[in-house]
Amino acid sequence: MADFLMPSLGADMDEGTLVQWEVAPGDTVRRGQVVAVVETAKGAIDVEIFRDGVVEELLVEPGTTVPVGQPIARLRECGEAEPTPGPAPAPATATAEPDTARVRASPAARRQAEALGIDLEALAGSGPDGAITLEDVGRAGSARESMAEAVAPAPAKPAAPGRPVDIRGAIAAAMSRAKREIPHYYLGHWVDLSPANEWLADWNASHPVAERLLPAVLMLRAVALAAARFPDFNGFWRDGKFVAGDGVHVGTAISLRRGGLVAPALKNADRHSLPELMDAFRDLVGRARAGRLTGSELLGGTITVSSLGEQGVEEVYPVIYPPQVAIVGFGTPVERPWVVGGRIEPRWLVRATLAADHRVSDGRRGALFLEAVTGLLQEPETL
Amino acid sequence: MKTDELERVMRTALAGVAPDLEFDELDPETPIRDQADFDSMDTLNFAIALSRALGIDIPESDYPHLASLAECRRYLAMRTG
Amino acid sequence: MSAARTTYREAVRAAIRAALLDDERVFLMGEDVGSYGGCFGVSKGLLEEFGPERIRDTPLSESGFTGAGIGAALGGMRPIVEIMTVNFSLLALDQIVNSAATIRHMSDGQFSVPLVIRMATGAGRQLAAQHSHSLESFYAHVPGIRVVAPATLEDARGMLPAALADPDPVVIFEHTSLYNLEGELAEDAGAVDLDRAAIRRPGRDVTLVTHGGSLAKTLAAAATLAEEGIEAEVIDLRSLRPLDDATIIASVSRTRRAVMVDEGWRTMSLAAELVTRIVEQAFYELDAPLARVCTAEVPIPYPAHLEQAALPSADKIVAAARRLTGG
Repeated sequence: MADFLMPSLGADMDEGTLVQWEVAPGDTVRRGQVVAVVETAKGAIDVEIFRDGVVEELLVEPGTTVPVGQPIARLRECGEAEPTPGPAPAPATATAEPDTARVRASPAARRQAEALGIDLEALAGSGPDGAITLEDVGRAGSARESMAEAVAPAPAKPAAPGRPVDIRGAIAAAMSRAKREIPHYYLGHWVDLSPANEWLADWNASHPVAERLLPAVLMLRAVALAAARFPDFNGFWRDGKFVAGDGVHVGTAISLRRGGLVAPALKNADRHSLPELMDAFRDLVGRARAGRLTGSELLGGTITVSSLGEQGVEEVYPVIYPPQVAIVGFGTPVERPWVVGGRIEPRWLVRATLAADHRVSDGRRGALFLEAVTGLLQEPETL
Repeated sequence: MKTDELERVMRTALAGVAPDLEFDELDPETPIRDQADFDSMDTLNFAIALSRALGIDIPESDYPHLASLAECRRYLAMRTG
Repeated sequence: MSAARTTYREAVRAAIRAALLDDERVFLMGEDVGSYGGCFGVSKGLLEEFGPERIRDTPLSESGFTGAGIGAALGGMRPIVEIMTVNFSLLALDQIVNSAATIRHMSDGQFSVPLVIRMATGAGRQLAAQHSHSLESFYAHVPGIRVVAPATLEDARGMLPAALADPDPVVIFEHTSLYNLEGELAEDAGAVDLDRAAIRRPGRDVTLVTHGGSLAKTLAAAATLAEEGIEAEVIDLRSLRPLDDATIIASVSRTRRAVMVDEGWRTMSLAAELVTRIVEQAFYELDAPLARVCTAEVPIPYPAHLEQAALPSADKIVAAARRLTGG
């Protein structure tokens, strides 16, 4: 018999109000099935169950508010016999969901995951009782392999068309790990792009098309220079402590036309001029899309930039790419009224955001870092 | 320059920039970036390839003329007179 | 070589007859094996052909005639002792376990007991609790005897001569539901090996391990599973002692899932032994928990519907396999 507890639907949730039950006693439930609707401070939320079984008893009436962790239903597990009438069972104490302690995975899956270095916790199980099977690990492995394939030089292979690049699994694993392990904090700042745009327009007007620059390169360069000044945003969280990067290698999130994205690194981005960086960036994008990155490029980033470009929304709240400790986001530039010298003027603005690892830095440091980035963009000639 | 010559140049330029896009499947009157994931880097590379092939400079202010294939053809025809 | 239509019963009879013809030391004894032709009709006609010296009706005393068989074997004969069902064999358990199985060991190899004991086993014919149990595991537990379970015509014909050739006691379990099994049997069919399990149907998704009377149900289950896209491999153990670990482990290492189908009761069963061996030898190959389909832990009921409900069925095997494959 297992207790189904009022779940915590957010770190700030202390209690929830049961709005309605979606199941009745005697119903068979499957892991992942919505069994109840719970009202929280954030609104009504569908609550899923985390194990298979049969609903034995609903302990809480709709309309009741109960603290997180209190049993709200009792579940008979698969294979468990119907209870026989007898002495009342000892009252269950409210504890954490027992099956969250250890991932349910088959021995073969565990061995294979260990061999491939795949984190079982990031996988969804398709086996009995939601257990992770060898096939699940294999799927994650081949997803990663196809990413590695994108990484490894593959001269004989024609580029992208029709090639099934299943990098979804790799992204899922990395992002699940990021959200599970990294305590992100977020900062945002509006940047007046006008100085940069004017500088860029001048540059591009006076250079042939092959030597022109994209705004994204200014942003990459600004982040690189700021990261060199603020080393606690440039490096990795490894084995419980921060390890500074051996240089400023700026990962750039590049979306692949067939879906998914990769974030290969521009090596030593703080030590290259804008035209050099532009060439390197162009080369990186081309090879990323042709599936010809090198392993060190793909894995070598010490900090990442995610830029939405021209077609997108104003603001991005990026997710840190583990084991890195910071990522800077740039939204799509927008023309907005802006107060300059006491007057309202139309200006091109971009929203810069920072997601950083709270284990390594604090908001105050983050603010200084983000200000450094935006300050550099105000003075494009210093880039 | 003849129209079919321009067409060939555009075809080659696009194939170099985005080998996974099918030229013939693009609607000529609709901006490429509305039909496919075609970003500013692609636009820039497209401009570079066209400018190299045709031996003309394409100022940044003219990039909007490269947005759709039909508009691009008209623009290049005008530029190469 | 041509094949002839025959039954399991006739195949066993042919094996006994051939042994009687081949070796004058061979004789058959048991309850009703002579005039009556055997409780399941296996020895019909043999008394007329071979006479009462070699086809011997015995009193209803399993301990007595099994002991006599052991004595005859020690004295150089090659007795075939038929015990009507495994249920009654418990009366001879002392002779089998304390004498037949131990004499080679206790005599430091000076004496051997080349005895063959055939007995019927299993349920399904409404013979109720005292005639229907499957107690193969009792015997498979004991060192010093070999235990086999022919599930096909070839094995019905071929295991007996192989057992007679074995210098030590061999117990042959014939499931009562098999006697009417019909099929083709090569006319020159003869002795078969007693050591290896057989893969009766190859498959890659799940291994179904069974023996004797459950083989047909298991093959039927495999056919149903195949329609659902689950390819089950069916292993017929053939030998219950010793178990052919190599075949079982190799199969499970390929399929990574296994269901034991055993008409014995689950607790302390042959199925339990198989599960243990797989876990001991192939733990890291497993991709799902092991499962067992056994007989319900009740004395076998008399009413047909309750009897069937208690026994392993193709449906139960399908359900178990489906669950292991995530279906």
